Amino acid sequence: MNTTSLKNFLVSFSGIAVLLFLYFPLVVIVLFSFNADTVNSFPIQHFSLKWYSVLFRDDELLQSIGTSISIALISTAVALLIGIPAAYAMHKYDFKGKKLIDKIVLMPITLPGIVTGVAMLSFFPFVGVKISLTAVTFGHITFLCAIVVTQMLARFKRLDPYLEQAAYDLGATPSATFFKVILPNIKTAIIGCVLLCLVLSMDEIPVTFFLIAGNNTLPLEIYAMMRRGITPEVNAISTLIFIFSTTAILLSMRLNKEK
Amino acid sequence: MSILIIKNADKFYGKNHVVKSLNLEVDDSEFLTILGPSGCGKTTTLRMIAGFETPDKGSIILKGEDITYLPPYKRHVNTVFQNYALFPNMNVSENIAFGLQQQKKDKATVDKKVTEMLAMVRMSNFAKRKPAELSGGQQQRVAIARAVANNPAILLLDEPLGALDLKLRKQMQFELKSLQQQLNYTFIYVTHDQEEALTMSDRIAVMNEGVIDQLGTPEEIYNSPSTEFVAGFIGDINKLSGKVTAQNELVCNGQNIIANTKNIPNGKEAKIFLRPENIFITQSNNGIPGKILQTVFAGTHTKLEIQLSDGNIVHINEPVNSERRYTHGDSIHLEVKQHTAIIFE
Repeated sequence: MNTTSLKNFLVSFSGIAVLLFLYFPLVVIVLFSFNADTVNSFPIQHFSLKWYSVLFRDDELLQSIGTSISIALISTAVALLIGIPAAYAMHKYDFKGKKLIDKIVLMPITLPGIVTGVAMLSFFPFVGVKISLTAVTFGHITFLCAIVVTQMLARFKRLDPYLEQAAYDLGATPSATFFKVILPNIKTAIIGCVLLCLVLSMDEIPVTFFLIAGNNTLPLEIYAMMRRGITPEVNAISTLIFIFSTTAILLSMRLNKEK
Repeated sequence: MSILIIKNADKFYGKNHVVKSLNLEVDDSEFLTILGPSGCGKTTTLRMIAGFETPDKGSIILKGEDITYLPPYKRHVNTVFQNYALFPNMNVSENIAFGLQQQKKDKATVDKKVTEMLAMVRMSNFAKRKPAELSGGQQQRVAIARAVANNPAILLLDEPLGALDLKLRKQMQFELKSLQQQLNYTFIYVTHDQEEALTMSDRIAVMNEGVIDQLGTPEEIYNSPSTEFVAGFIGDINKLSGKVTAQNELVCNGQNIIANTKNIPNGKEAKIFLRPENIFITQSNNGIPGKILQTVFAGTHTKLEIQLSDGNIVHINEPVNSERRYTHGDSIHLEVKQHTAIIFE
């Protein structure tokens, strides 16, 4: 083996090793979700979809999925309504404190979830929001706003600034310009943003953990199930979440990349 | 009749005074070019007419109406942008229809106008294409059609040919000029390309450092530039030095030159600006003596670089079919066509 091919081999070997390290646990979970036996052990004797059907008869789990989906939908919608105009304003206007906002807008994501969670836990009752699913939704809106603003700001910056001027020039009012020219050109970025927000909200644990009362969200329900040990049912639900999240994230990446 | 009047317009960007009490009257149906180097304030002037900038002082009057503070979407002018700025989410027809739809025209009127515009710019076969599927020249045509569709009082063009290659640019110069004559619209065209300005314009406003140095026909600008800047910016020119000896007489490298000396008093040093086409190599010995430094073949002519005895360098164009060939080091004599030199103090 000469040095170049040795180098190539080492590079691809280490690349594959890292990927294996990251994804092998996922592969194991997916495989075990089709294991008919209760005990997870290789080699798998019998394959079956049994745990998926158990899953769909588990009322608590189904309810937690419902809770998670509604929280995700509401918080995503609100985050978009706040985040898109905010990003547009930050892109278009120079105002006092813009640089500060630019720097702190990512705080809710960069700060450890525990800090945000604890902070909200003490802040929300102070402003009259009880610890509840409403509080969880507010919590999710906070960090999703940060995502929407940063993602959309990046898209606005790539948008040709003359498009807006051309629309004005042709007689379009600012609102007509926004809805007929700006919005159609950032459509794909918005769809990508929605997918990303849904996934992040559905997956969220730390903030939710501090603010929740009443029904569990899906990740917390799974966490609760784990206290009874890793049941094959957990493998099945994890597999489904994995598939859903991966599809959404890949789609979101693709749409955000589009011009 | 003036369709547009700019009165004492001033514009600052921070401390930068980009347009300095500018006055300009644009005639109806004329092709006016604002020409100047980058940073001279020409684009800012255009943007003030379009409404994208507001002057800090002064006013802009369109057809007798003060539009100084009117937003761009309420002005009856349209712009062809340098990068075309076609809407990527709409096809060619939709782009052209956009302005008409904003005016709430009914569908039949819009469709008729779009068809007419497509034919005018010879893009009928591309009606359903998206801008990304068009070449630069085609996008250019669509941008023009889109701006003209609204029947603007004035069409503003911001270096619209800048992104095209030389051949296409030359072709589009003729197309734009004939379009302007055919539509009988007022065009205000901004460019830094002096050749473009000379070929297309009825009048040229030469701008420098926020001020219009000279406003006149291409011939006036070329033949009698009013400032040194205009003389140097438009066309090729040679800068020599001499001394005024009498009214309309100068001496340059020992030779007399007859030219308009304006009010420069006798005995004063003067700058002599000469176009290359007004200097010839003479076979007699009564001329300005010089030495050939370099010869460059340029197709229809040969460019000669000549050093005069006082050290000044002169560039002239020698027809390729002339009897004599000159090479580096040849001693020659130059003759100046009388009444063609432009004199500055």
